Amino acid sequence: MSSTDERMWTARVRSRAVRALPPDKLLPDRQPVYVSSWIYVFGVLTLAAFVVVLVSGVVLGVEGPQWWHRSSVGLFFNSLHLWSVQLFLAFMVVHLWGKFFMAAWRGRRAMTWITGALAFIGSVGTAFTGYLIQENFDSQWISTQAKDGLNSVGIGSFFNVLNYGQMLIFHVVLLPFVMSILIVWHIVLVRLRGVVPPFPPRSERSAFPSAEVSSDVAAPADAAAPAEEVAP
Amino acid sequence: MGSLAVNLNGPGHYVHWGVIQISVANLVVIAVMIALFVAAILLPFPKDRDRK
Repeated sequence: MSSTDERMWTARVRSRAVRALPPDKLLPDRQPVYVSSWIYVFGVLTLAAFVVVLVSGVVLGVEGPQWWHRSSVGLFFNSLHLWSVQLFLAFMVVHLWGKFFMAAWRGRRAMTWITGALAFIGSVGTAFTGYLIQENFDSQWISTQAKDGLNSVGIGSFFNVLNYGQMLIFHVVLLPFVMSILIVWHIVLVRLRGVVPPFPPRSERSAFPSAEVSSDVAAPADAAAPAEEVAP
Repeated sequence: MGSLAVNLNGPGHYVHWGVIQISVANLVVIAVMIALFVAAILLPFPKDRDRK
């Protein structure tokens, strides 16, 4: 690369990106040995369910309501969209429980925790707007009940859950866009900071909590120790 | 439609426990998720065959 190239913003952004997240760190072949537990599988299960949600949602959007209400394949995709969302939320909650009891925000992982929490809240909103656009009595009931609830806490002035067009756009454009950004951000942070290591054994824990926190800060570097790694 | 394992034609069943009211369906889902969580912690993870 010539010195002229190095001055270009594209070259600077590229070199910074590769320095921060080299390809082998972005898509590693092996994981730390402590990841060999079923509880670590729920993050990727959530991600897999999210992909099915997105793909089935795109198919529903392309084909339209007449198709998903009346044809057998359409009904199948409608069900696929619903059940993948159920699995997405169930896997995400088990993932959340696991990470909560691991205190997964340790070792400079606060933003990983925050983006995960925001993705959880966002997914509740996305699922809710999905229920509003079912075009049946269920969606009418949910939207009128939710309108009262949202008005009672003052949120109803920002959007109208009885407005079908607005809720449709929320569900198929705005919220999936926000969710995709949050999930990609969350995964990049997991790759940057590493998977949170387990708590050290009781005998090795310091009597002073501040000392324990400082040892956790070094955890991402420990996570890359090749001697302890296993295949995913 | 063929016969379903659960009859969905009718009002759902609810459990009342003081101020708490929850549908049986939601209670079952929560119980399954807790069982899944406990199983994920307790069940052994298969070892990598290449590395013994």
